[in-house]
Amino acid sequence: MKITKIRGKCVAIRGDDIDTDRIIPARFLKEVTFENMGKYLFYDERYAEKMPFQKGIFSKFSIKIHPLNDLKFEKASILLVNKNFGCGSSREHAPQAIMRHGIRAIIGESFAEIFAGNCAMIGIPLLVVSKEEINELMTIAEKNLDASVEIDIANKEINYDNKKLKAKIDDSSRISLIEGYWDSTSMLLKGIDKAREIAGKLPYANNFENYKAL
Amino acid sequence: MGKNLFEKLWELHSVRELPNGQTQLFIGLHLIHEVTSPQAFQMLNERGLKTAFPERTFATVDHIIPTKSQSRPFYDGQAELMMQELEKNISANHRIRFFHTGSGRQGIVHVIGPEMGLTQPGMTIACGDSHTSTHGAFGALAFGIGTSQLRDVLATQCIAANKLKVRKIEINGALAKGVYAKDAILLIINKLGIKGGMGYAYEYCGAAVRNMSMEERMTICNMSIEGGARIGYINPDQTTFNYIKGREFTPKGGNFDRAVKFWNSIASDNDASYDGSVAINANEIEPMVTWGINPGQSVGISENIPKMADIKPEEKGNAKLALSHMGFEEGMPIKGAKIDVAFIGSCTNSRISDLREAAKIAEGKKTAKNVKALVVPGSQQVRKKAEREGLDIIFKDAGFEWNYSGCSMCLGMNPDKLTGNEICASSSNRNYIGRQGSPKGRTLLMSPAMVAAAAISGKIVDVRDYL
Repeated sequence: MKITKIRGKCVAIRGDDIDTDRIIPARFLKEVTFENMGKYLFYDERYAEKMPFQKGIFSKFSIKIHPLNDLKFEKASILLVNKNFGCGSSREHAPQAIMRHGIRAIIGESFAEIFAGNCAMIGIPLLVVSKEEINELMTIAEKNLDASVEIDIANKEINYDNKKLKAKIDDSSRISLIEGYWDSTSMLLKGIDKAREIAGKLPYANNFENYKAL
Repeated sequence: MGKNLFEKLWELHSVRELPNGQTQLFIGLHLIHEVTSPQAFQMLNERGLKTAFPERTFATVDHIIPTKSQSRPFYDGQAELMMQELEKNISANHRIRFFHTGSGRQGIVHVIGPEMGLTQPGMTIACGDSHTSTHGAFGALAFGIGTSQLRDVLATQCIAANKLKVRKIEINGALAKGVYAKDAILLIINKLGIKGGMGYAYEYCGAAVRNMSMEERMTICNMSIEGGARIGYINPDQTTFNYIKGREFTPKGGNFDRAVKFWNSIASDNDASYDGSVAINANEIEPMVTWGINPGQSVGISENIPKMADIKPEEKGNAKLALSHMGFEEGMPIKGAKIDVAFIGSCTNSRISDLREAAKIAEGKKTAKNVKALVVPGSQQVRKKAEREGLDIIFKDAGFEWNYSGCSMCLGMNPDKLTGNEICASSSNRNYIGRQGSPKGRTLLMSPAMVAAAAISGKIVDVRDYL
């Protein structure tokens, strides 16, 4: 599948260094499929467990103030973030939760590496813009609820409010998205014979039986 | 111009350039555990694919396993199901070696790989866990991968990868008594920042690193990811070879001698080039403690938590959040902060030398009233060795729990969890909000010896006063 353009409303989650434990707390990783992950996105920031005496009619959880709990942003499909988003644990559950919540692209100041790799693998484009630019996008998203943004992946552009913004996007992910290569398994399988050949030459693969130092 | 280890191993394992410009990189050793593998096997099955090099994948169970008793079925139904899923996947791919609880070799994946000699210099090593950087201590390119990449490794033994830049981190001088590898890496993360390593592999070198044991080197490389670097490595040397020799999966006899030649050949050349370098003086490092909600927010034991006015503008937001989560005041000393829980364990600090250092502090003492203290050896082999040395008796006599091996209280996936807003002195690697299993729980990262001293005193103290 080729992904060239994404159009939608935005939701901003402000703050630097938002780690994957915050995006999806470890206790939800005990499920053996990704199916329910969308429900657990930013769980501990969105819900608080009620004290036993508070438990009652509705549920044992109370809802906290959080952009993802705000009905105004219910239809948002583009996430806006600040620096080093997704740092920490390698859990793919984090981008899976974001995707299953309905997010199709993320715009931010910078992204942690393993997180960025995981997003590339499941077809979530990550666009990098400056601090000033993300602040403007966030402010617009929070103030003007009708504002929508169009991401043009091929041209590395973000269009909004009759303005055009140049964004950075990792070259290999950009090509993968617009050419539909982001199914990495099929791509790698094409090189499997060559991989076997390379493996055969690795000294440790043959337990150093015939290894001669150069 | 010579090459550094990263460049040499990247070339050696490059299969081809991919149409999107990435490199198809062959993975020499693939380690899996129960949490990030089930979805990958499902994806493989959905596509009707088989594991391409099952003999290059090794499995264990660590994240979800209860540490009070490893017997089955687990009390937690979800954990039991996850375990069964791993067993099912292993039996369908029976050439994958599985170090189960009955094997005598089960443990945290980053402890058992090196311990059994699976981890060797010159390899590319991948695992669905960000602390895979640990194995870089042997002079390997070792990094964490996500579940979709895990599927790729199972199906092709390769991943699509982007080359990293390499920064040299020189730790000169020598660590003082009571100052450990953990303190050195916490200081490096503090100085370079948690974003400092983005896009980089860290090569650790210098006199202090040369004089470190393999276990200390593993502690350093383990926390590279906390500094933003997906890979950290140390060039292999005689210390590395001595550690490897005679382990279960390492080459023997003439093969070992030839292996040493290969391992020497992949070390960085003297005239290799780097994308920058940083030097740190080990003599100036003191025991470190984190005060915040990311591993970069730390101070030396004699220092105070920084004042807001002294914090860089871009870090003020997180510092404010940290102080309010931790219940600390700006400018207050970290020494004297009361603790509820003391945890010695995790892939950072659960090896035999960590337990020995902690036991030296605990010997003949008692844990403070109201402090729950636990020691969780990183593997069944570490546990056995510690028991042979009588460390279990020292810990138990002092009031510590002596548990079975697993990730335990490093992360909230098993019964070892903080409750409410408990505050924990921990030898683990992450102090993120909620990391230890309670959304309001609080974590102070430090060396295992510092944790032991805190457990005895009931508050944060300088371990150097206890030596």
